[in-house]
Amino acid sequence: MSAAVPSDLAAPVIMGVLLGGLYALVALGLSLVFGVMKLINVAHGDFVVLGSYAAYAGMTLGLDPILSLLVGVPAFGVMGFGLHRFLMHRASGISAEAPLIVAFGISIILQNAIQIAWSPLSRGLTTSYILASLRFGRADIPLVYLLDLVAALIVMAALHGFLRRTYLGKAVTAASQDARAAQLMGINTDTIHALAFAIAAATAAIAGVFLGLTFPFTPSSGVAYLIIAFGVVIIGGLGSMLGTFLGGIILGLAQALGGHFFGAAAQMLPVYLTVLVLLALRPQGLFGR
Amino acid sequence: MAGGQPRTTLLKVSEIDILYGSFQALWGVSLEVRTGEMVALVGANSSGKSTLLNAISGFLRSARGRIEFEGKDITRDNPWHTVDLGIAHVPEGRRLFPDLTVLDNLILGSYSARARARRAANLDAVFTLFPRLAQRRHQVAKTLSGGEQQMLALGRGLMSAPALLLLDEMSLGLAPIVVGELYRTLQQIRAAGVAILFVEQNVKQSLREADRAYILEKGRIVLSGEAAVLREAEEVKRAYFGV
Repeated sequence: MSAAVPSDLAAPVIMGVLLGGLYALVALGLSLVFGVMKLINVAHGDFVVLGSYAAYAGMTLGLDPILSLLVGVPAFGVMGFGLHRFLMHRASGISAEAPLIVAFGISIILQNAIQIAWSPLSRGLTTSYILASLRFGRADIPLVYLLDLVAALIVMAALHGFLRRTYLGKAVTAASQDARAAQLMGINTDTIHALAFAIAAATAAIAGVFLGLTFPFTPSSGVAYLIIAFGVVIIGGLGSMLGTFLGGIILGLAQALGGHFFGAAAQMLPVYLTVLVLLALRPQGLFGR
Repeated sequence: MAGGQPRTTLLKVSEIDILYGSFQALWGVSLEVRTGEMVALVGANSSGKSTLLNAISGFLRSARGRIEFEGKDITRDNPWHTVDLGIAHVPEGRRLFPDLTVLDNLILGSYSARARARRAANLDAVFTLFPRLAQRRHQVAKTLSGGEQQMLALGRGLMSAPALLLLDEMSLGLAPIVVGELYRTLQQIRAAGVAILFVEQNVKQSLREADRAYILEKGRIVLSGEAAVLREAEEVKRAYFGV
């Protein structure tokens, strides 16, 4: 349908906002790790797709993907903590670039391990409820998109509450503002960094489940997710949660409206163009530091 | 002066060398701080004063020599260990957490296990010492004036319940009146039992406030002793007072 009547935009706009929430969720971990330890975790997209595959494995055992998060979130948290403590932390002692290279290595290993375990075939998390849709006026919105936004809002609110209201969260915030000063308070910044990495991995698990419910995925989907996450934090500004949320919404809208006007094949083009334009106009992002 | 208690050695630095790559910043430096003392570290820019404080608190590892605090060897300790032992380092430039409130900056100061249990009591003490901080407790740190920021940095250091306070260039960028106020507060802190090792650009001021002083030149201690004596020493007068 290509009629230019405004009310026809209701569906893509609503979908864009909902999709944007999901994108913000994917980008959250990337933004947190950069904010706290100034590291661009290029394996983040692969953590997310690993979350999708882990939920897929759970499904073969009869476990609902969202319920599997009860196990998945702590498991990914532990994995993230361990990866940082035993790999990334040692790498940061070698040079400033070493952690980035290690992250590349982790990314490659994950992609190939997933491919060996589950083959390159495209998979999806198909449950009974993802086919349901709700009606908003003249728009039919898939239920799963709403779940995506709700999940995104819950995770963002929880993370924000943790960082701003709990003592440990304030220590993490402090360490991201001035690492040396934080050390002078008795804060072990090595442990704080590992904790941030763990939280990022845990959010990746959640993002992986909801992405997997919404779109099909392959072992190399991680790259696409990383690019989206990158775009979100570039627009929103690294280290700002509000910026991440708005960045996600903007990209979600760009994709949904792009698909509406130019067709599904071209829907990512407006997304990348938006990132380029905003990068040129405001390099530090909407709320960047 | 604190009452007639005998002074014991609190901090003992023995013959430490600090290297930045191939550049040696400190050469065989030794010094001592005793309980209840106020000791000044004096010297020109780049003489190694901040480097010495960083070595004591644990940011820098000495290639040689030994640092002891209350009899324990802290030569290899990280900053978060030395805080737990009772050394509070208020760094050059204050290094507050700019986007956190006064209150948050302060309570983070008592993160260490040593200070955690006494957080509420220490907070009361800091607010009594610095009423202006109490008034502005919900204000974001980066919006405070220079003097208030220095008070906050000092207060944050005190929150860790230290036995020794390391103070780096407290008066940088502050008006003389504010500096005077801060030094009066320092004397109060000292009277409460905290020893203070401070770096100060203004040589005359440091020799006025301190009990003893060490003079650093190009990474070596060239002179040390009672502040009153140093004030009159000919070398000091010539080098620093332009006499």
